[in-house]
Amino acid sequence: MGTVKLLKQIDNAFFREVGEIAQFTARFFQTVTKPKQEWEEFINQCFWVGYKTLTLVGITAFIMGLVLTIQSRPTLVEFGAESLLPSMVSVSLVREISPVITALICAGKIGSGMGAELGSMRVTEQIDAMEVSGTNPFKYLVVTRVLASTVMVPILSSVGIAIGLCGGYLGVNIRGHISWNLFWHQAFEALSFGDLIPSLIKTFFFGFAIGIIGCYKGYNSKKGTEGVGQSATTAVIVASLVVFVLDLIAVQVTDLLGLT
Amino acid sequence: MEPVIQIKDLNKSFGDNHVLRNFNMAINAGENLAILGKSGSGKSVLIKCIISLMEVDSGEMIVLGKDIQLLNSDELDSLRAEVGFLFQSNALYDSMTIRENLEFPLRRHWSKEERKKGADAAVKEALEDVGLSHTIDMMPAELSGGMRKRIALARALILRPKVIMYDEPTTGLDPITSREISNLMLSVQKKYKSAALIISHDLNCIKMTSNRVIMLIEGTRYAEDTYENLRKSEDPKIKEFFD
Ligand SMILES: Nc1ncnc2c1ncn2[C@@H]1O[C@H](COP(=O)(O)OP(=O)(O)OP(=O)(O)O)[C@@H](O)[C@H]1O
Ligand SMILES: [Mg+2]
Repeated sequence: MGTVKLLKQIDNAFFREVGEIAQFTARFFQTVTKPKQEWEEFINQCFWVGYKTLTLVGITAFIMGLVLTIQSRPTLVEFGAESLLPSMVSVSLVREISPVITALICAGKIGSGMGAELGSMRVTEQIDAMEVSGTNPFKYLVVTRVLASTVMVPILSSVGIAIGLCGGYLGVNIRGHISWNLFWHQAFEALSFGDLIPSLIKTFFFGFAIGIIGCYKGYNSKKGTEGVGQSATTAVIVASLVVFVLDLIAVQVTDLLGLT
Repeated sequence: MEPVIQIKDLNKSFGDNHVLRNFNMAINAGENLAILGKSGSGKSVLIKCIISLMEVDSGEMIVLGKDIQLLNSDELDSLRAEVGFLFQSNALYDSMTIRENLEFPLRRHWSKEERKKGADAAVKEALEDVGLSHTIDMMPAELSGGMRKRIALARALILRPKVIMYDEPTTGLDPITSREISNLMLSVQKKYKSAALIISHDLNCIKMTSNRVIMLIEGTRYAEDTYENLRKSEDPKIKEFFD
């Protein structure tokens, strides 16, 4: 009996949260179309997102490209398909590795950053102060941040692809030899629109989800410093989970559309 | 003359917690009215209702001649420009410099040209009023508690409001700084001829700054008089505050 009750409670909390996030998203779309955009704050936020994550995305992508190449080589050699190494690395990076890695890093750094920042602004009444001074805090704080992460995650993912390919180039050259030009030629030749477009679209969704969840958690933070910490942590957890779920949906959709 | 703020039969509850019950009050032009009440008695809730940060359950609130519950968001914004608000926690924007903090209220209420021409002077004057001109390019985190309170006051003053609401302006400050803040509040009242609603449980501050005091007990206006008269009262509930 106790377990059933507990499960029911968890269930209720889950659906309530989903409903609230949906409402928050609806409010975003209502507010974003209202006049007087906060361009300056939006640009600031874009820089901030890039500044916070670029190094980490770069290093991770480079290592992923390198490791992927080194680990795939034996298998490809077995089939005598060593020359396919650049193509394989580039397709994997574009389709899956870079978008997901970038999104997870952003969920960690940006999601938690927004959760903590807006959370502490809520707790210290800064959001109320904004409202009192006639600036719509939802527009100034939430809309700009969500737009910034929606724009920046695809850009960061593209940068991740480029840097990951550099890692791949190094990986190929550890045991073999391929010229810089030939590597890039092969890497690009392997890619089609069916790889690039879905990857780009899904990163937009990743960025949007990370922004919405980070801001939702922070903006509705509970009173007290504890609430701020909690907002930051749950923002990361929920955002990472949503990234995986969206990835799963994206793969199904591209499959249905015959883009694979 | 019509009061600057008039509140009639205000009710506000959070679930079963009935915080304000049929609360009534009025502030006249140029007057400093203090509300004295225990922690948790609903003082902050009251002024948040007046500035429409919280919705009330029932009652009427007339601020500067306007019923705030009937205003749309644009009208509410322009009314808010005439009401200064000093938050209990100061609510300075920690990611902005002091200058940006003070300029923030201007973004909505002044045009771009006005801001280009006048913002700098307005910021400098407000900082001068509170005696902190040298902090203009500092961040809030670099200031002491008392300084932050004064900056918050400068920000509340920058639009030259007709009424200023102070939420516990001296709580958490040492007696000397508290007296400085109280003096500052008085000089502001003189200089700008503004009215003020002061919410506090700091007797010294209330004694120095207020013309009239309302005792908020159990969500209602329990008593209303000058500070001196209330101090002499024999009512045990009132005496409790002054012992
Ligand atoms: N957002 C809220 N949700 C639920 N209850 C609230 C909320 N804000 C205030 N309350 C409740 O209203 C009551 C009054 O709170 P309020 O903050 O107005 O007290 P206060 O008189 O300002 O006290 P203090 O002197 O400590 O600041 C408290 O019981 C508090 O629990
Ligand atoms: Mg309070």
